[in-house]
Amino acid sequence: MQCEKQRSASSMANILEELQPLFRDILDQPNLRISRESNSSNVEGWDSLAHINLVTAIEQEYDIKFSIDELLDLKNVGEMVDLMEIKLATK
Amino acid sequence: MHLDACSIQELFRNKSRLRRQLQNHSCRELRIAVLRGSTVNEVIELAELFLLAEGLRCTFYESEYNKYYEEAVIDSERIVNFRPDIVYVHTSCMNLRGWPPLSATESDHEAFVAAEFSRFQQIWDSVQQRLGSHIIQNNFELPPFRVLGNLDSIAYGGRTRFINRLNLEFANQAVHDPRLFVQDVHALSAALGGRNWFDWERWYNYKVMTTPAASLALARSLTAIIRSLYGRSRKCLVLDLDNTLWGGVIGDDGPENIKIGRETAVAEAYTVFQEYCLMLRSRGILLAVCSKNDEETAKQGFEHPDSVLKLSDFSSFRANWEPKHENLVAIAEELNLGVDSLVFVDDNPAERALVASQLPMVAVPDVGSDVTQFIPALEAGGYFETVNTSAEDFSRADTYQANWQRALLESKFRDYREYLDSLQMTADIDAFKPVYLDRITQLTNKTNQFNLTTRRYTAGDIQKISLDPTYITLYGKLTDAFGDNGLVSVIVGRKDGSTLHIELWLMSCRVLKRDLELAMLDELVARAQSARIETIVGYYNRTPKNTMVADHYLRLGFVCESQDSNGAHSTWRLQVTADYQPRCRTIQVRDSVHT
Repeated sequence: MQCEKQRSASSMANILEELQPLFRDILDQPNLRISRESNSSNVEGWDSLAHINLVTAIEQEYDIKFSIDELLDLKNVGEMVDLMEIKLATK
Repeated sequence: MHLDACSIQELFRNKSRLRRQLQNHSCRELRIAVLRGSTVNEVIELAELFLLAEGLRCTFYESEYNKYYEEAVIDSERIVNFRPDIVYVHTSCMNLRGWPPLSATESDHEAFVAAEFSRFQQIWDSVQQRLGSHIIQNNFELPPFRVLGNLDSIAYGGRTRFINRLNLEFANQAVHDPRLFVQDVHALSAALGGRNWFDWERWYNYKVMTTPAASLALARSLTAIIRSLYGRSRKCLVLDLDNTLWGGVIGDDGPENIKIGRETAVAEAYTVFQEYCLMLRSRGILLAVCSKNDEETAKQGFEHPDSVLKLSDFSSFRANWEPKHENLVAIAEELNLGVDSLVFVDDNPAERALVASQLPMVAVPDVGSDVTQFIPALEAGGYFETVNTSAEDFSRADTYQANWQRALLESKFRDYREYLDSLQMTADIDAFKPVYLDRITQLTNKTNQFNLTTRRYTAGDIQKISLDPTYITLYGKLTDAFGDNGLVSVIVGRKDGSTLHIELWLMSCRVLKRDLELAMLDELVARAQSARIETIVGYYNRTPKNTMVADHYLRLGFVCESQDSNGAHSTWRLQVTADYQPRCRTIQVRDSVHT
């Protein structure tokens, strides 16, 4: 699996780059670029329903599951990437 | 664009793009109001895609979260203004309010069911009075926990019992109400399993009740119901032949070697798929063949004695070497249907891909190449959904029923003879035929209990015997009111002057106590008479497993000629006389050509 390889030598920048097309697809914006500082207040179209879609797509594609409290305190994409790092490292 | 070929990840991730691509179809407009008990955007977005692909463009209205009752019954202004064609009430067991207490008595239980039912009936009544639209109402998945364990489905205070009962009440209502359609969430959730149905993290965080897989199942089933409401259900199942309706390649292997019947695991799986197709036909779905084959060779497959489907079951038959998408167009024209009425099943992914790309309106489920997965794939698509059933749909009676019903039947009869008569048994008893040699060999090697000599034979032995005129061979197949038991009994007799030595007599235990051994004896005697045999000699060789047939020959009226002191070996004799009276009265033996 290509994803697995990338992950074993993973850096946060890699996951962030992997997420770019996913965010573009889900938010339906072909030219979108997200950064670690992106969040629902500074990205157009990132409403509560889009948020569910984003989380669900990430869970599906990385085969991880966020527990009920993990997502509450996340302030931006950077913190999400950090959380994914931890989850993927302990998978 | 073929949604059937998309994985669940692709569907979820590319919803927006897929919707844009499908918008170009010429569409009929539909307005659907969703009265929801949880967050159902996922279901709605997926259903929107599937319906677009079917040429139905839907505009949705969603009630406020968990205001499904209020917006229908109390404050209905918004939904009335929306003027929906369809109202979809989507709730789950998490929305039920009137659970009976664990201590409930029978009358409590009745009262709680009536109260909860009445809450939903008010919704339906209100919708019908104010809007007159179709109503699609889910029934309920079983609850996520059962504090009473198995008793939960039995005790009057059990939630499982409560839901089972409520679901039955919904069905009873829908039977009489032409505007009300029940979405069978109980069955959908059971098929996926409760653990794969509820999504607790998403429930607590977002009030999304179901996993993505469950949302997909809900969307597909909603699509199927709506398609059916607007006359867009599929009408014809088009089937490939080799490795789809039978195992093997008929042109290479020969018609007698295709895998069909009950004799091997693979053959049985194909037989069950044929039976499924036949059941679809008996509820009014047309069957057609689209196969790359020589036509005459292809047709021989349905003359195989074990083929459930017969040539006459097909409304159109195209076996040739033309591209399949061209044949599908020809089939649709012949049957006076649109290609959008067709569902195409083929084990070959290349053929499926070709048809999907050339004829996007044909449904091409991803059935894979494993026959055991064909039925689940067809069921998941909901292609042949119908909102009601009419007498005309059932042009043929179902004959296939489960084995356990035999036992049920048995208890109702005055005596055993009456039971046997009720089974309406017919037998096919004849000399070994090439098509059955594998099964016969298999039986000689695995039958231990009803086996008089327990002699084992190789496939080569059996073939030699079948061709050797010094042998009289018989196989017995038994069919009864519940289905075909397949080839279940074998006799090998060797002629020696005017004597016939029974070297092998066996029967599968699945047809014990059916008098099939009497029918076999009658046929054996008839053939012995033709062959001028005067004496039939039977042998019993005891093994640790075959004591059930120690007195087999005694019961058939043979005379004991010799017996060891310990009864391990015995020899039995029957004189063949011209006035032999057939012993079997309960099985009708099909006429066979004596050779």
